[in-house]
This record gives sequence, C-alpha cells and structure tokens, in this order.
Amino acid sequence: MEILYTIVALAIIIFSVLTVTTRKILRAATYLLFTLFGAAIIYFMMDYEFLGAVQIAVYAGGIVVLFVFAILLTTKPGHNSEKLESRRRGWGICAAVLTAGITGYALLSRCCSLLGAKPDMEFLTMNKLGEYMLSTDRGGYLLPFEAVSVLLLACIIGAVAVARKR
Amino acid sequence: MEINVLYYLLPSLVMFCCGIYGFLTRKNMIAMLISLELMLNAVDINFTVINRFIYPDGQEGMFFSLFAIAIAAAETAMAIAIIINLYRVNKNVDVRDANKLQG
Repeated sequence: MEILYTIVALAIIIFSVLTVTTRKILRAATYLLFTLFGAAIIYFMMDYEFLGAVQIAVYAGGIVVLFVFAILLTTKPGHNSEKLESRRRGWGICAAVLTAGITGYALLSRCCSLLGAKPDMEFLTMNKLGEYMLSTDRGGYLLPFEAVSVLLLACIIGAVAVARKR
Repeated sequence: MEINVLYYLLPSLVMFCCGIYGFLTRKNMIAMLISLELMLNAVDINFTVINRFIYPDGQEGMFFSLFAIAIAAAETAMAIAIIINLYRVNKNVDVRDANKLQG
C-alpha cells in the first residue's frame, strides 16, 4: 500500500505540474490524462470502486477525447504557445504559492485530531449504491439524480444549438 | 509509515495550486479549461478522502464527487462548443481576442 501510494502521489504531483508548464497544448492534454488516472487510482485505494470506474470512463474516456478533438480542430499540430511574460507568470506563481501556504497551514494546524489510519467501512456494493441513488429517504439521492439527467439533456441540446453552423 | 488523511490531501493540494497557476497564466482557452479540470478533480479527491477517513458511515462525499463528475462533463462539453464557435469568428482561441461584445 505504501509503495502504491508513493507512486500515485508522485505521479499526480509531477504530471499536474507538467500539465500547466508544458508549452505544447496537446501534451498538456496527455499529462492531464495521466493525472486523472492517478485520481482514479486514489478512488480505488479508498475502496470506492464505482467512483474510480466512473472517473476513468467519464474523464479519461470522454473529456480528454473531447479536449484532443478540440485542440486538433483549433491549433496547428506542433505549434508552441508563446513564452509567458514574467509579470503574468509572477502573479500566477504568487497566487498558487499563497493558496498552498494558507491551505497547508490550515491543514497542519487544525487536522491533528483527525489523524489516524483508514477506518473500516462497509463495502459499498452496486445494489446498495443503486438503492441510495433512487431512494427518497434520508440519505437518498433521487432529486440530484433526476436533476443531473435533466441537466445532461439541456447540455446536449445546448451544445448542438451553440456549435451548429449558421 | 502510517498513511493518514494528510498524505492524501497533499497531492490534491498540489493539483489545485497547479490549476490556479495554469488558469491565471494561460491565454489559450482550452489550456484554461484543462487547468479548470485539474482544480475540479482536486476538489473531488478531497471530498472522497475526507468521506472515507472521517465519516466512513455515510456516503455523502462520494455521491457529491459522483454528481460533480457528471456536471463537470456537461460543463466541459458546453465550454468546448462555445470555444469552437468562437474559433469560427476569431480564427484563434486566445482569450485576449474574445472581446467582440465589449462596448
């Protein structure tokens, strides 16, 4: 577990840094794919198998392919984005480091009572997950489930209406 | 080494900060969208990890991540439709050129 954790954490950190620093946009999309796979492995390590599968299917299978299509449609292959001005880069690094500092301080100063190994959890089977999704009791998620289905329908129609040729 | 909740929150923190950096510095709209996806994913990891470590009896964080993934997919599809439409008008996807609606 420690070895797997170390590999995944290092992969997430390295690939997310590469995603925002590389100058070729197609490479950024590829590094994003690896970062998303790392996140999926973290979900598997948390024993949420369904969430990990959704992450791989939706993000790695759907969104990254959409990104690659959009990149190939809008930029020439092999085109480098222009060099950043140092002022803009300075602002970006400043904001990122400030966020990391504040959040890291909050984590380290408040979190000591929460430390401990992973507690045992009842395994979330597909049966139970389906019952959670479609129940209206306490802990049921029928309303967001239906709202998401309406949202997806609106999104399909909207995407077609926006992107169609006039 | 005992792996506790902090060990999982650290990579997601780095991921979120990379997203902020990319969102503020990139000018290509698709690159900005990629940075946005990084930030969304970091938040999803946080919800799941805190659900698993601190509230293992409920499944709220896990379901929140599930719905967040669905909504992020819808949002990305819409954003890419808008970007491609903008590409027809401007012939590039630079945010600085997207100022046709300015007075």
